[in-house]
Formats: sequence, C-alpha cells, structure tokens
Amino acid sequence: MVGLVVVSHSRTAAEGIAEVAGEMGGETRIEAVGGDGQGGFGTVADDIEGAIEEADGGDGVVVLVDLGSAVMNAEVAIETGNSEAVIADAPVLEGAVNAAVAATSAKATVESVREQAEAARGIEKL
Amino acid sequence: MSDEGEAVVAAVAAVADRLETERSQLTDLDSAIGDADHGGNMARGWAAAAEAVTELDDPEPSVVVKTAGKTLLSEVGGASGPLYGGSLVFASPELEDGITAESSVAFAETYLEKVQDRGDARVGDKTMVDALVPAVHTFKKSVEVDEMAPVPALAKAVAAAQRGVDFTVPIRASKGRASYLGWRSVGHQDPGATSTLFIMEELLDVATEHLETPEELPEHAESPTVPDGEVTED
Repeated sequence: MVGLVVVSHSRTAAEGIAEVAGEMGGETRIEAVGGDGQGGFGTVADDIEGAIEEADGGDGVVVLVDLGSAVMNAEVAIETGNSEAVIADAPVLEGAVNAAVAATSAKATVESVREQAEAARGIEKL
Repeated sequence: MSDEGEAVVAAVAAVADRLETERSQLTDLDSAIGDADHGGNMARGWAAAAEAVTELDDPEPSVVVKTAGKTLLSEVGGASGPLYGGSLVFASPELEDGITAESSVAFAETYLEKVQDRGDARVGDKTMVDALVPAVHTFKKSVEVDEMAPVPALAKAVAAAQRGVDFTVPIRASKGRASYLGWRSVGHQDPGATSTLFIMEELLDVATEHLETPEELPEHAESPTVPDGEVTED
C-alpha cells in the first residue's frame, strides 16, 4: 500500500491535515511531520526522512508539502532516504485528501496517487 | 591534522562566531520580509557545525565541509538547511584532493549549481543567488583568466558578493518567503544574500591567515597579483 507524508512548517497543521485526509483514507498510512525540532516553525530533512520510512509499507510514499523549505527539505529527505518517494505538486490539504482516497485503490501506485493528489490543483470551491 | 584541514575547521568556527555576532541583524532583515528565523537558524546551525567538525578524527577539507553541511541539514529547521548545508555536502567531493586554485573554483561552481538547482532561483529574484553568482563568476575569472592566486581572487569575489547584496535592496522578491510580500519586499536587503556575504568574508579572513598569502591584496579589479616577469609556465 502506498503511504502518505504530510509536511508543514507547523506540526499542528500537518497533524490536522493528516486527520482530515485520514477520514477518507481507510487503512492508508499517513504520517504528519513539521516544526523546526526546537518547538518553532520550520521543516527538517532528517525528520521528513524518518516520516517517509514510517509511512512506507513497501509500495512507496507520496509526500505533500506546504511552503518553500518544506519542498527543499522533502527533496533532500527523498535523495538521502531508501524509500521510493515522490513529492506531489499540489495544495497540501486538498492534495492529501485526494491522495488518501487514491491510495485505498487496490491498484494504487506511487505515480497514480501522486497524479490524483495533483488533480487537486484544479479544484474550484465556488 | 593537515594544515588545510585545520584551516577549514578554523573557517567553520569563524563563520559560527560571525553568525552569532550577526544573529540580531539577520533576524531584523528577515523580520522585514520573511519569517524572522534566519538569524537564529544560522547561528544555531553553524554553532553545531563548528562543534561537529572539532570531533573529527581525520579532518581533511572535504570531510570537514561534508560534516558541517550534514550538521546544518539536521540542525536548521528551514530553507537554510538544504540551501547552505545540502549544497556544502554536494560540493564537498571537489576538495577531496585538497585545496588548490582549481579545486576551489570547482567547489564554488558546484556549490552555486546546487543552490540554484535546489532553490530554483536566478539572479534578480532577491535571494542568496544575487550574492553568489557574481562572487563565483568573479572568483573563477580571477583564477582562470587573470591567473590570480586563490586568496586575492577570493578578496575580489567578496567585493562582488557585497555588490550583489546591495543589488537585493531595490528589487522585488520573486523567490522565497519574501515573494509573498510582492512589492512590499522592495527597499529591504535580502537576509540570505547577507549571510552568504558574511560567510565569504570569514572564509577570506581564514584563508588569508592559513593559506598561501600574497604580498598584497588587490583593491581594484585591475590590480594584478603576480608582478610582470614572475609568471612562469608550469
């Protein structure tokens, strides 16, 4: 099963987004990671790498990110880690919900889940 | 410990001291157009890096640089981790055969390449790239075309970085957190370009002290370091 990691500058935000996505995600593993490790806002590559390992059930991981350094630190985490993982270029909350649903499909792959997450870029609300 | 390794350890310590001194200035710059974490992140990260490199058994230059970079990656909770730390790790193999004019240029170019690749920023985006690009190009040209020794070439590169920092003030940010402010970013100096300049100034100080020292540092772009008649083909 494809796992998910939600990365935000705020750990609280990451956990909240993971909760919202988890409602739709059945058995999908969703890890939340965020904060600078010192109690402040930020993202840390090592922490993201750890979250990817936790989320990986053997079929790879799709990573959802919020702003700037979350993208860069997620890239570093993927480069240095051992799991098959990709970043979805998607809004972090809507992308996580889409990805969580997509991951429940029996045929889900990292690429199909990323594609569904990225489809959230076109969601209109009004 | 090799002399060169010792110089690189001293450089990391000097950068850590400088960034601690400049912590509040970097925080102020980042408060104006960012998230106010640059001073604290850089001071904390480089202090940890300085400590980590003193614990190395055999601190060859490439190992020291790689260790400092890895420490920044794990200690800095922001973009500075991958941009400064990740790029140091990526460029560190260029120094595996020691510090020469050639390897220094290769290191600088590889570091810049990684910063630009990771941050996807170009000159004029109001980022550290605005200091780095003129600095690296000046360093390469000074060494390869003007045949200057590494230390005076680095002095020219620092001057170029300073001009790059000044250039960030009047322009609008297109990358990084400041880009969210749009036109409100105009009139503020970029914190990443500023800390990049501080780091380069410390590298120059340490290089001047530890590495081959020329008779005099050039003050102008036209100043040759090697007097006519002393250039040999080798």
